[in-house]
Amino acid sequence: MIVGDSKPLEEILEMIRDKGKVLVLGCRGCVTVCNVGGEKEVGILATALRIAVKKQGWQTEIGERTLERQCDPEYIEELADDIEDYDAVVSIACGVGPQFVSERFPEIRVYPGINTTFIGGALEHGVWVERCQSCGNCLVHHFGGLCPIARCSKSLMNGPCGGSANAKCEIDPNVDCVWHLIVEKMEKMGRLQELAEVWPVKNWLTSRDGGPRKRVREDLKQ
Amino acid sequence: MKAGSNLEKVLEAGHFAVTGELGPPRGNNVEEVRHKAAHLKGIVESVNITDNQTAVVRMSSWAACKILLDEGLEPNFQMTVRDRNRIGLQSDLLGATALGIKNVLCLSGDHQRFGDHPEGKNVFDLDSMQWIALCKKMRDEKKFLNDKELDGAPEIFIGAASNPFGDPFSFRPMRLAKKVAAGTDFIQTQCIYNMDKFREFMKRVVDLGLHEKCYILGGVTPMKSVGMAKYMAKFVPGMDVPEEIVKRLTDAGKKNAAEEGIKIAIESIHQLKEMEGVAGVHVMAIEWEHRAKEIIEGAGLLPRPKVD
Ligand code: SF4
Ligand code: SF4
Repeated sequence: MIVGDSKPLEEILEMIRDKGKVLVLGCRGCVTVCNVGGEKEVGILATALRIAVKKQGWQTEIGERTLERQCDPEYIEELADDIEDYDAVVSIACGVGPQFVSERFPEIRVYPGINTTFIGGALEHGVWVERCQSCGNCLVHHFGGLCPIARCSKSLMNGPCGGSANAKCEIDPNVDCVWHLIVEKMEKMGRLQELAEVWPVKNWLTSRDGGPRKRVREDLKQ
Repeated sequence: MKAGSNLEKVLEAGHFAVTGELGPPRGNNVEEVRHKAAHLKGIVESVNITDNQTAVVRMSSWAACKILLDEGLEPNFQMTVRDRNRIGLQSDLLGATALGIKNVLCLSGDHQRFGDHPEGKNVFDLDSMQWIALCKKMRDEKKFLNDKELDGAPEIFIGAASNPFGDPFSFRPMRLAKKVAAGTDFIQTQCIYNMDKFREFMKRVVDLGLHEKCYILGGVTPMKSVGMAKYMAKFVPGMDVPEEIVKRLTDAGKKNAAEEGIKIAIESIHQLKEMEGVAGVHVMAIEWEHRAKEIIEGAGLLPRPKVD
Protein backbone atom coordinates (compact mmCIF):
# COMPACT_ATOMS: atom_id res chain seq x y z
CA MET A 1 0.00 0.00 0.00
CA ILE A 2 0.93 3.66 -0.13
CA VAL A 3 1.99 4.83 3.29
CA GLY A 4 1.79 8.36 4.62
CA ASP A 5 2.23 10.55 7.68
CA SER A 6 -0.12 13.24 8.94
CA LYS A 7 1.17 16.74 8.49
CA PRO A 8 1.54 18.72 11.72
CA LEU A 9 -1.67 20.44 12.77
CA GLU A 10 0.03 23.87 12.74
CA GLU A 11 0.97 23.40 9.10
CA ILE A 12 -2.60 22.55 8.13
CA LEU A 13 -3.94 25.39 10.24
CA GLU A 14 -1.70 27.81 8.38
CA MET A 15 -3.05 26.45 5.08
CA ILE A 16 -6.65 27.21 6.00
CA ARG A 17 -6.06 30.63 7.52
CA ASP A 18 -8.72 33.09 6.24
CA LYS A 19 -10.81 30.32 4.70
CA GLY A 20 -14.52 30.43 5.55
CA LYS A 21 -15.48 26.80 4.99
CA VAL A 22 -13.06 23.92 4.75
CA LEU A 23 -13.67 20.29 3.81
CA VAL A 24 -11.48 17.57 5.32
CA LEU A 25 -11.52 14.85 2.71
CA GLY A 26 -10.55 11.25 3.43
CA CYS A 27 -10.09 8.17 1.29
CA ARG A 28 -11.02 4.55 1.96
CA GLY A 29 -7.99 3.19 0.06
CA CYS A 30 -4.41 2.74 1.29
CA VAL A 31 -4.52 5.65 3.71
CA THR A 32 -7.38 4.02 5.59
CA VAL A 33 -5.33 0.84 5.93
CA CYS A 34 -2.31 2.74 7.22
CA ASN A 35 -4.47 4.75 9.61
CA VAL A 36 -3.70 8.18 8.30
CA GLY A 37 -6.47 9.25 5.96
CA GLY A 38 -9.64 7.21 6.45
CA GLU A 39 -13.03 8.20 7.86
CA LYS A 40 -11.75 7.89 11.41
CA GLU A 41 -8.81 10.19 10.76
CA VAL A 42 -11.07 12.67 8.98
CA GLY A 43 -13.07 12.88 12.21
CA ILE A 44 -9.98 13.30 14.33
CA LEU A 45 -8.44 15.99 12.12
CA ALA A 46 -11.74 17.88 11.75
CA THR A 47 -12.22 17.94 15.52
CA ALA A 48 -8.65 19.07 16.12
CA LEU A 49 -9.04 21.80 13.53
CA ARG A 50 -12.31 23.03 15.02
CA ILE A 51 -10.65 23.40 18.40
CA ALA A 52 -7.59 25.09 16.90
CA VAL A 53 -9.68 27.43 14.77
CA LYS A 54 -11.71 28.46 17.77
CA LYS A 55 -8.58 29.17 19.75
CA GLN A 56 -7.43 31.46 16.96
CA GLY A 57 -10.73 33.25 17.08
CA TRP A 58 -11.48 32.39 13.45
CA GLN A 59 -14.96 31.75 12.11
CA THR A 60 -13.86 28.85 9.91
CA GLU A 61 -16.35 26.02 9.48
CA ILE A 62 -14.98 22.50 9.06
CA GLY A 63 -16.83 19.84 7.06
CA GLU A 64 -16.06 16.12 6.79
CA ARG A 65 -16.31 13.63 3.98
CA THR A 66 -14.62 10.40 2.94
CA LEU A 67 -14.61 9.04 -0.60
CA GLU A 68 -14.27 5.44 -1.68
CA ARG A 69 -11.03 6.43 -3.41
CA GLN A 70 -9.47 9.72 -4.41
CA CYS A 71 -7.42 8.19 -7.21
CA ASP A 72 -10.47 7.57 -9.35
CA PRO A 73 -12.46 10.31 -11.15
CA GLU A 74 -15.64 8.32 -10.67
CA TYR A 75 -15.53 8.92 -6.91
CA ILE A 76 -14.12 12.45 -7.15
CA GLU A 77 -17.25 13.28 -9.14
CA GLU A 78 -19.37 12.68 -6.03
CA LEU A 79 -17.98 15.94 -4.64
CA ALA A 80 -19.79 17.92 -7.35
CA ASP A 81 -23.02 18.08 -5.33
CA ASP A 82 -21.79 20.47 -2.63
CA ILE A 83 -18.14 21.34 -3.28
CA GLU A 84 -19.17 24.90 -4.18
CA ASP A 85 -20.03 25.53 -0.54
CA TYR A 86 -16.38 25.22 0.40
CA ASP A 87 -13.43 27.60 0.12
CA ALA A 88 -10.83 24.90 0.53
CA VAL A 89 -10.30 21.15 0.71
CA VAL A 90 -7.74 19.42 2.88
CA SER A 91 -7.21 16.02 1.30
CA ILE A 92 -5.73 13.36 3.51
CA ALA A 93 -5.36 10.83 0.70
CA CYS A 94 -1.96 10.10 -0.82
CA GLY A 95 -0.51 12.75 -3.12
CA VAL A 96 -2.80 11.62 -5.92
CA GLY A 97 -5.89 12.79 -4.02
CA PRO A 98 -5.24 16.54 -3.85
CA GLN A 99 -4.18 16.50 -7.50
CA PHE A 100 -7.25 14.68 -8.76
CA VAL A 101 -9.52 16.91 -6.72
CA SER A 102 -7.93 20.13 -7.94
CA GLU A 103 -7.87 18.90 -11.54
CA ARG A 104 -11.60 18.25 -11.39
CA PHE A 105 -12.45 21.42 -9.43
CA PRO A 106 -9.88 23.99 -10.55
CA GLU A 107 -11.62 26.91 -8.82
CA ILE A 108 -11.16 25.47 -5.35
CA ARG A 109 -7.95 25.53 -3.29
CA VAL A 110 -6.84 22.02 -2.36
CA TYR A 111 -4.25 21.32 0.33
CA PRO A 112 -2.43 18.08 1.13
CA GLY A 113 -3.08 17.05 4.72
CA ILE A 114 -0.61 14.17 4.75
CA ASN A 115 2.92 13.56 3.53
CA THR A 116 2.99 10.57 1.24
CA THR A 117 6.08 8.62 2.18
CA PHE A 118 6.49 5.24 0.51
CA ILE A 119 5.14 2.02 -0.93
CA GLY A 120 5.35 -0.51 1.82
CA GLY A 121 3.59 -2.75 4.25
CA ALA A 122 2.85 -3.14 7.95
CA LEU A 123 5.33 -5.24 9.92
CA GLU A 124 3.08 -5.10 12.93
CA HIS A 125 0.33 -2.81 14.13
CA GLY A 126 1.72 0.73 13.96
CA VAL A 127 4.95 -0.13 12.11
CA TRP A 128 5.29 0.31 8.36
CA VAL A 129 8.34 -0.26 6.19
CA GLU A 130 9.31 0.64 2.66
CA ARG A 131 9.48 -2.26 0.25
CA CYS A 132 9.23 -0.99 -3.32
CA GLN A 133 10.38 2.01 -5.30
CA SER A 134 8.21 1.19 -8.34
CA CYS A 135 11.25 0.86 -10.60
CA GLY A 136 9.07 -0.60 -13.33
CA ASN A 137 11.05 -3.81 -13.80
CA CYS A 138 10.76 -6.07 -10.80
CA LEU A 139 13.78 -8.24 -10.03
CA VAL A 140 13.17 -9.38 -6.47
CA HIS A 141 13.10 -13.08 -7.41
CA HIS A 142 16.83 -12.85 -8.21
CA PHE A 143 17.61 -11.56 -4.75
CA GLY A 144 15.86 -14.05 -2.54
CA GLY A 145 12.60 -12.11 -2.73
CA LEU A 146 14.17 -8.96 -1.28
CA CYS A 147 14.40 -5.67 -3.14
CA PRO A 148 17.87 -4.12 -3.32
CA ILE A 149 16.56 -1.07 -5.19
CA ALA A 150 14.19 0.18 -2.53
CA ARG A 151 15.83 -1.33 0.53
CA CYS A 152 19.54 -0.77 0.01
CA SER A 153 20.35 2.87 0.82
CA LYS A 154 22.53 2.99 -2.28
CA SER A 155 20.32 0.76 -4.47
CA LEU A 156 23.30 -1.51 -5.04
CA MET A 157 22.72 -4.44 -7.36
CA ASN A 158 26.03 -5.99 -6.33
CA GLY A 159 26.19 -5.39 -2.60
CA PRO A 160 26.81 -5.36 0.25
CA CYS A 161 28.98 -2.25 0.43
CA GLY A 162 31.82 -1.91 2.88
CA GLY A 163 29.64 -0.12 5.39
CA SER A 164 27.48 -3.11 6.25
CA ALA A 165 28.04 -4.02 9.89
CA ASN A 166 26.18 -6.43 12.17
CA ALA A 167 23.44 -6.81 9.57
CA LYS A 168 22.70 -3.07 9.74
CA CYS A 169 23.10 -0.39 7.10
CA GLU A 170 25.86 2.18 7.36
CA ILE A 171 23.35 5.03 7.37
CA ASP A 172 21.64 4.06 10.60
CA PRO A 173 21.90 1.17 13.09
CA ASN A 174 18.09 0.99 13.02
CA VAL A 175 18.03 0.22 9.31
CA ASP A 176 18.57 -3.37 8.19
CA CYS A 177 21.22 -3.92 5.55
CA VAL A 178 19.11 -5.62 2.92
CA TRP A 179 22.23 -7.02 1.31
CA HIS A 180 23.06 -8.83 4.50
CA LEU A 181 19.58 -10.32 4.39
CA ILE A 182 19.94 -11.20 0.70
CA VAL A 183 23.23 -13.02 1.26
CA GLU A 184 21.85 -14.90 4.26
CA LYS A 185 18.67 -15.87 2.47
CA MET A 186 20.41 -17.01 -0.71
CA GLU A 187 22.88 -19.00 1.35
CA LYS A 188 20.06 -20.69 3.21
CA MET A 189 18.33 -21.50 -0.06
CA GLY A 190 21.56 -22.93 -1.47
CA ARG A 191 21.55 -20.25 -4.15
CA LEU A 192 24.57 -18.18 -3.04
CA GLN A 193 26.39 -18.94 -6.28
CA GLU A 194 23.79 -16.89 -8.18
CA LEU A 195 25.18 -13.81 -6.46
CA ALA A 196 28.61 -14.45 -7.98
CA GLU A 197 27.40 -12.99 -11.27
CA VAL A 198 28.02 -9.27 -11.72
CA TRP A 199 24.63 -7.68 -12.25
CA PRO A 200 24.76 -5.39 -15.27
CA VAL A 201 23.80 -1.73 -15.18
CA LYS A 202 20.07 -1.24 -14.66
CA ASN A 203 17.84 0.42 -17.19
CA TRP A 204 16.14 3.19 -15.21
CA LEU A 205 13.92 4.26 -18.10
CA THR A 206 11.04 2.28 -16.62
CA SER A 207 11.54 4.07 -13.32
CA ARG A 208 10.67 7.70 -12.48
CA ASP A 209 14.05 8.61 -14.02
CA GLY A 210 12.53 8.14 -17.47
CA GLY A 211 10.01 10.88 -16.75
CA PRO A 212 6.43 10.65 -15.41
CA ARG A 213 4.90 7.34 -16.28
CA LYS A 214 1.62 6.55 -17.93
CA ARG A 215 0.08 3.23 -18.60
CA VAL A 216 -2.58 2.55 -21.21
CA ARG A 217 -4.39 -0.78 -21.36
CA GLU A 218 -6.15 -0.91 -24.69
CA ASP A 219 -8.12 -3.95 -23.60
CA LEU A 220 -9.69 -1.96 -20.78
CA LYS A 221 -10.17 1.36 -22.53
CA GLN A 222 -13.68 2.25 -23.56
CA MET B 1 50.77 -2.84 -19.68
CA LYS B 2 47.31 -1.31 -19.39
CA ALA B 3 48.04 2.29 -18.49
CA GLY B 4 51.79 2.38 -17.98
CA SER B 5 51.36 4.20 -14.70
CA ASN B 6 54.12 4.14 -12.15
CA LEU B 7 51.94 2.13 -9.79
CA GLU B 8 51.26 -0.47 -12.46
CA LYS B 9 54.94 -0.71 -13.39
CA VAL B 10 56.11 -1.17 -9.81
CA LEU B 11 53.51 -3.87 -9.19
CA GLU B 12 54.23 -5.60 -12.50
CA ALA B 13 57.93 -5.64 -11.65
CA GLY B 14 57.04 -7.56 -8.50
CA HIS B 15 57.95 -4.91 -5.96
CA PHE B 16 55.99 -4.48 -2.75
CA ALA B 17 54.11 -1.31 -3.64
CA VAL B 18 53.23 1.66 -1.46
CA THR B 19 50.41 4.11 -2.12
CA GLY B 20 49.42 7.14 -0.11
CA GLU B 21 46.32 9.22 0.34
CA LEU B 22 45.47 12.90 0.24
CA GLY B 23 42.17 14.59 1.02
CA PRO B 24 41.54 17.77 -1.01
CA PRO B 25 40.70 20.92 0.95
CA ARG B 26 37.21 22.23 1.70
CA GLY B 27 37.76 25.11 -0.67
CA ASN B 28 39.93 25.88 -3.66
CA ASN B 29 43.15 26.26 -1.69
CA VAL B 30 45.77 25.06 -4.17
CA GLU B 31 48.62 25.65 -1.74
CA GLU B 32 47.09 23.21 0.71
CA VAL B 33 47.14 20.46 -1.92
CA ARG B 34 50.74 21.27 -2.87
CA HIS B 35 51.76 21.35 0.76
CA LYS B 36 50.27 17.94 1.52
CA ALA B 37 51.64 16.52 -1.73
CA ALA B 38 55.17 17.65 -0.86
CA HIS B 39 55.12 15.34 2.17
CA LEU B 40 54.27 12.36 -0.01
CA LYS B 41 56.62 13.05 -2.90
CA GLY B 42 59.12 10.27 -3.50
CA ILE B 43 57.86 8.00 -0.72
CA VAL B 44 54.90 6.37 -2.50
CA GLU B 45 54.20 5.09 -6.01
CA SER B 46 51.01 7.07 -6.29
CA VAL B 47 48.55 8.97 -4.15
CA ASN B 48 44.80 8.40 -3.82
CA ILE B 49 42.88 11.64 -4.09
CA THR B 50 39.64 11.19 -2.24
CA ASP B 51 36.32 12.04 -3.87
CA ASN B 52 34.32 14.11 -1.37
CA GLN B 53 35.15 11.57 1.32
CA THR B 54 32.53 10.99 3.98
CA ALA B 55 30.23 12.92 1.63
CA VAL B 56 31.70 16.24 2.72
CA VAL B 57 32.11 18.70 -0.16
CA ARG B 58 35.72 19.31 -1.15
CA MET B 59 37.73 20.37 -4.16
CA SER B 60 36.94 17.91 -6.95
CA SER B 61 39.14 14.87 -7.03
CA TRP B 62 40.16 15.20 -10.69
CA ALA B 63 41.27 18.81 -10.16
CA ALA B 64 43.38 17.90 -7.15
CA CYS B 65 44.79 14.99 -9.19
CA LYS B 66 45.88 17.47 -11.84
CA ILE B 67 47.63 19.62 -9.23
CA LEU B 68 49.51 16.52 -8.09
CA LEU B 69 50.53 15.70 -11.65
CA ASP B 70 51.91 19.22 -12.01
CA GLU B 71 53.87 18.70 -8.80
CA GLY B 72 55.43 15.55 -10.22
CA LEU B 73 53.38 13.00 -8.25
CA GLU B 74 51.17 10.28 -9.62
CA PRO B 75 47.52 10.45 -8.53
CA ASN B 76 44.94 7.70 -8.11
CA PHE B 77 41.68 9.32 -9.11
CA GLN B 78 38.98 8.16 -6.72
CA MET B 79 35.54 8.13 -8.28
CA THR B 80 32.43 7.37 -6.29
CA VAL B 81 29.12 6.53 -7.93
CA ARG B 82 27.29 8.55 -5.29
CA ASP B 83 27.28 11.92 -7.04
CA ARG B 84 27.35 11.18 -10.76
CA ASN B 85 25.17 9.15 -13.04
CA ARG B 86 26.51 7.25 -16.04
CA ILE B 87 26.81 10.43 -18.07
CA GLY B 88 28.86 12.21 -15.43
CA LEU B 89 31.04 9.21 -14.65
CA GLN B 90 32.02 8.50 -18.22
CA SER B 91 32.55 12.16 -18.99
CA ASP B 92 34.74 12.78 -15.95
CA LEU B 93 36.80 9.70 -16.70
CA LEU B 94 37.44 10.95 -20.22
CA GLY B 95 38.33 14.40 -18.92
CA ALA B 96 40.63 13.09 -16.21
CA THR B 97 42.51 10.78 -18.52
CA ALA B 98 42.84 13.60 -21.05
CA LEU B 99 44.69 15.49 -18.31
CA GLY B 100 47.12 12.61 -17.86
CA ILE B 101 45.53 10.72 -14.97
CA LYS B 102 46.22 6.99 -15.27
CA ASN B 103 44.98 5.28 -12.12
CA VAL B 104 41.30 5.23 -11.22
CA LEU B 105 39.66 3.86 -8.12
CA CYS B 106 36.00 2.88 -8.45
CA LEU B 107 34.00 3.26 -5.24
CA SER B 108 30.43 3.32 -3.98
CA GLY B 109 31.09 6.28 -1.72
CA ASP B 110 29.76 6.96 1.75
CA HIS B 111 26.06 7.70 1.76
CA GLN B 112 25.39 11.44 1.68
CA ARG B 113 23.55 11.23 4.97
CA PHE B 114 26.98 11.10 6.64
CA GLY B 115 28.17 14.29 5.10
CA ASP B 116 27.66 18.02 5.26
CA HIS B 117 24.76 18.03 2.76
CA PRO B 118 22.59 15.20 4.07
CA GLU B 119 19.49 16.64 2.37
CA GLY B 120 20.94 15.90 -1.07
CA LYS B 121 19.45 13.52 -3.58
CA ASN B 122 21.41 10.33 -4.03
CA VAL B 123 22.41 9.14 -7.46
CA PHE B 124 23.73 5.57 -7.42
CA ASP B 125 22.79 5.05 -11.04
CA LEU B 126 25.57 2.45 -11.22
CA ASP B 127 27.15 0.61 -8.33
CA SER B 128 30.90 0.32 -7.87
CA MET B 129 30.95 -3.13 -9.47
CA GLN B 130 29.20 -1.88 -12.59
CA TRP B 131 31.50 1.14 -12.72
CA ILE B 132 34.57 -1.13 -12.69
CA ALA B 133 33.08 -3.12 -15.56
CA LEU B 134 32.31 0.06 -17.48
CA CYS B 135 35.84 1.44 -16.98
CA LYS B 136 37.19 -1.81 -18.37
CA LYS B 137 34.83 -1.65 -21.32
CA MET B 138 35.85 1.91 -22.12
CA ARG B 139 39.51 0.94 -21.93
CA ASP B 140 39.48 -2.47 -23.66
CA GLU B 141 36.60 -2.19 -26.10
CA LYS B 142 36.99 1.56 -26.57
CA LYS B 143 33.24 1.92 -26.24
CA PHE B 144 30.76 3.81 -24.10
CA LEU B 145 28.21 1.95 -22.03
CA ASN B 146 25.80 2.30 -24.95
CA ASP B 147 28.29 0.53 -27.28
CA LYS B 148 29.07 3.67 -29.25
CA GLU B 149 32.74 4.06 -30.22
CA LEU B 150 34.93 6.41 -28.23
CA ASP B 151 36.95 9.08 -29.97
CA GLY B 152 40.01 8.32 -27.86
CA ALA B 153 39.79 5.68 -25.14
CA PRO B 154 41.12 5.98 -21.58
CA GLU B 155 44.28 4.06 -20.75
CA ILE B 156 43.76 3.31 -17.12
CA PHE B 157 44.90 1.06 -14.32
CA ILE B 158 41.63 0.18 -12.62
CA GLY B 159 41.38 -0.06 -8.86
CA ALA B 160 38.66 -0.84 -6.36
CA ALA B 161 38.25 -1.13 -2.62
CA SER B 162 37.51 -4.11 -0.46
CA ASN B 163 36.45 -4.17 3.14
CA PRO B 164 37.40 -7.54 4.65
CA PHE B 165 35.74 -6.45 7.89
CA GLY B 166 32.34 -5.62 6.45
CA ASP B 167 29.53 -8.07 7.08
CA PRO B 168 28.73 -10.77 6.20
CA PHE B 169 32.37 -11.81 6.58
CA SER B 170 31.92 -15.07 4.67
CA PHE B 171 30.70 -13.19 1.59
CA ARG B 172 33.60 -10.71 1.44
CA PRO B 173 36.03 -12.90 -0.56
CA MET B 174 33.21 -13.64 -3.00
CA ARG B 175 32.49 -9.95 -3.41
CA LEU B 176 36.19 -9.37 -4.09
CA ALA B 177 35.98 -12.13 -6.70
CA LYS B 178 33.13 -10.21 -8.33
CA LYS B 179 35.28 -7.08 -8.51
CA VAL B 180 38.03 -9.12 -10.14
CA ALA B 181 35.53 -10.57 -12.59
CA ALA B 182 34.26 -7.07 -13.31
CA GLY B 183 37.79 -6.08 -14.26
CA THR B 184 39.68 -4.49 -11.39
CA ASP B 185 43.48 -4.53 -11.71
CA PHE B 186 44.23 -3.67 -8.12
CA ILE B 187 42.49 -3.58 -4.77
CA GLN B 188 43.07 -1.41 -1.75
CA THR B 189 41.57 -2.69 1.47
CA GLN B 190 39.90 -0.92 4.34
CA CYS B 191 42.26 -0.03 7.23
CA ILE B 192 43.45 -3.22 8.88
CA TYR B 193 43.64 -3.33 12.68
CA ASN B 194 42.41 -6.85 13.24
CA MET B 195 45.32 -8.72 11.68
CA ASP B 196 44.00 -12.18 12.57
CA LYS B 197 40.75 -11.57 10.78
CA PHE B 198 42.57 -10.12 7.79
CA ARG B 199 44.86 -13.16 7.67
CA GLU B 200 41.79 -15.39 7.55
CA PHE B 201 40.32 -13.24 4.78
CA MET B 202 43.53 -13.41 2.75
CA LYS B 203 43.69 -17.16 3.18
CA ARG B 204 40.28 -17.44 1.53
CA VAL B 205 41.27 -14.93 -1.15
CA VAL B 206 44.42 -16.93 -1.94
CA ASP B 207 42.41 -20.16 -2.01
CA LEU B 208 40.22 -18.56 -4.66
CA GLY B 209 43.36 -17.53 -6.58
CA LEU B 210 42.28 -13.89 -6.60
CA HIS B 211 45.76 -12.62 -5.67
CA GLU B 212 46.96 -13.89 -9.04
CA LYS B 213 44.31 -11.96 -10.90
CA CYS B 214 44.74 -8.59 -9.22
CA TYR B 215 47.18 -6.83 -6.91
CA ILE B 216 45.97 -6.52 -3.35
CA LEU B 217 47.24 -3.65 -1.23
CA GLY B 218 46.54 -3.79 2.49
CA GLY B 219 45.17 -0.62 4.08
CA VAL B 220 47.11 0.93 6.96
CA THR B 221 46.06 4.02 8.90
CA PRO B 222 48.05 5.16 11.91
CA MET B 223 46.04 5.96 15.02
CA LYS B 224 46.78 9.46 16.26
CA SER B 225 45.19 9.07 19.66
CA VAL B 226 43.07 6.90 21.91
CA GLY B 227 40.11 9.08 20.98
CA MET B 228 40.55 8.32 17.30
CA ALA B 229 40.76 4.58 17.97
CA LYS B 230 37.64 4.66 20.09
CA TYR B 231 35.78 6.76 17.56
CA MET B 232 36.69 4.43 14.71
CA ALA B 233 35.74 1.38 16.73
CA LYS B 234 32.38 2.82 17.63
CA PHE B 235 31.21 5.09 14.87
CA VAL B 236 32.79 4.06 11.58
CA PRO B 237 30.58 1.35 10.07
CA GLY B 238 32.50 -1.68 8.88
CA MET B 239 35.65 -0.80 10.86
CA ASP B 240 37.16 -3.44 13.12
CA VAL B 241 39.38 -2.04 15.88
CA PRO B 242 40.25 -4.71 18.45
CA GLU B 243 40.30 -3.78 22.12
CA GLU B 244 44.00 -4.61 22.22
CA ILE B 245 44.82 -1.67 19.90
CA VAL B 246 42.89 0.73 22.12
CA LYS B 247 44.71 -0.68 25.15
CA ARG B 248 48.15 -0.25 23.62
CA LEU B 249 47.41 3.38 22.83
CA THR B 250 45.95 3.98 26.28
CA ASP B 251 48.91 2.36 28.03
CA ALA B 252 51.31 4.51 26.03
CA GLY B 253 49.89 7.59 27.73
CA LYS B 254 48.54 10.74 26.16
CA LYS B 255 51.96 12.10 25.19
CA ASN B 256 53.16 8.95 23.50
CA ALA B 257 49.92 7.67 21.95
CA ALA B 258 50.78 9.07 18.52
CA GLU B 259 54.21 7.41 18.59
CA GLU B 260 52.55 4.16 19.59
CA GLY B 261 50.08 4.56 16.73
CA ILE B 262 52.93 4.88 14.27
CA LYS B 263 54.65 1.89 15.83
CA ILE B 264 51.50 -0.19 15.39
CA ALA B 265 51.25 0.91 11.75
CA ILE B 266 54.85 -0.12 11.10
CA GLU B 267 54.29 -3.49 12.74
CA SER B 268 51.20 -4.00 10.57
CA ILE B 269 53.17 -3.30 7.41
CA HIS B 270 55.82 -5.83 8.46
CA GLN B 271 53.10 -8.44 8.92
CA LEU B 272 51.49 -7.56 5.60
CA LYS B 273 54.83 -7.89 3.82
CA GLU B 274 55.02 -11.48 4.99
CA MET B 275 51.45 -12.37 4.10
CA GLU B 276 50.76 -14.44 1.01
CA GLY B 277 48.82 -12.60 -1.65
CA VAL B 278 49.52 -9.08 -0.39
CA ALA B 279 51.23 -7.03 -3.10
CA GLY B 280 51.67 -3.79 -1.21
CA VAL B 281 50.29 -1.35 1.30
CA HIS B 282 48.02 1.62 1.07
CA VAL B 283 49.08 4.08 3.77
CA MET B 284 46.24 6.42 4.66
CA ALA B 285 47.77 9.00 6.95
CA ILE B 286 44.80 11.32 6.56
CA GLU B 287 45.45 14.87 7.76
CA TRP B 288 48.76 13.44 8.93
CA GLU B 289 50.57 13.41 5.60
CA HIS B 290 53.73 14.75 7.24
CA ARG B 291 54.05 11.58 9.32
CA ALA B 292 53.66 9.18 6.37
CA LYS B 293 57.39 9.15 5.71
CA GLU B 294 58.20 7.98 9.24
CA ILE B 295 55.88 5.02 8.78
CA ILE B 296 57.07 4.04 5.34
CA GLU B 297 60.73 4.51 6.26
CA GLY B 298 60.20 2.72 9.56
CA ALA B 299 58.82 -0.26 7.67
CA GLY B 300 61.99 -0.39 5.59
CA LEU B 301 60.24 0.60 2.38
CA LEU B 302 62.46 3.51 1.37
CA PRO B 303 63.80 4.34 -1.09
CA ARG B 304 61.03 3.45 -3.52
CA PRO B 305 62.05 1.45 -6.59
CA LYS B 306 62.39 3.16 -9.95
CA VAL B 307 60.90 1.16 -12.80
CA ASP B 308 60.96 2.28 -16.41
S1 SF4 C 1 12.67 -4.42 -8.00
FE1 SF4 C 1 11.57 -2.53 -8.57
S2 SF4 C 1 9.40 -3.12 -8.73
FE2 SF4 C 1 10.47 -4.79 -7.63
S3 SF4 C 1 10.18 -4.30 -5.45
FE3 SF4 C 1 12.13 -3.38 -6.09
S4 SF4 C 1 11.65 -1.30 -6.73
FE4 SF4 C 1 9.72 -2.44 -6.62
S1 SF4 D 1 25.08 -1.13 4.34
FE1 SF4 D 1 23.82 -2.54 3.16
S2 SF4 D 1 21.84 -1.49 2.83
FE2 SF4 D 1 23.33 0.03 3.52
S3 SF4 D 1 24.14 0.92 1.63
FE3 SF4 D 1 25.56 -0.74 2.19
S4 SF4 D 1 24.78 -2.56 1.15
FE4 SF4 D 1 23.15 -1.02 1.07
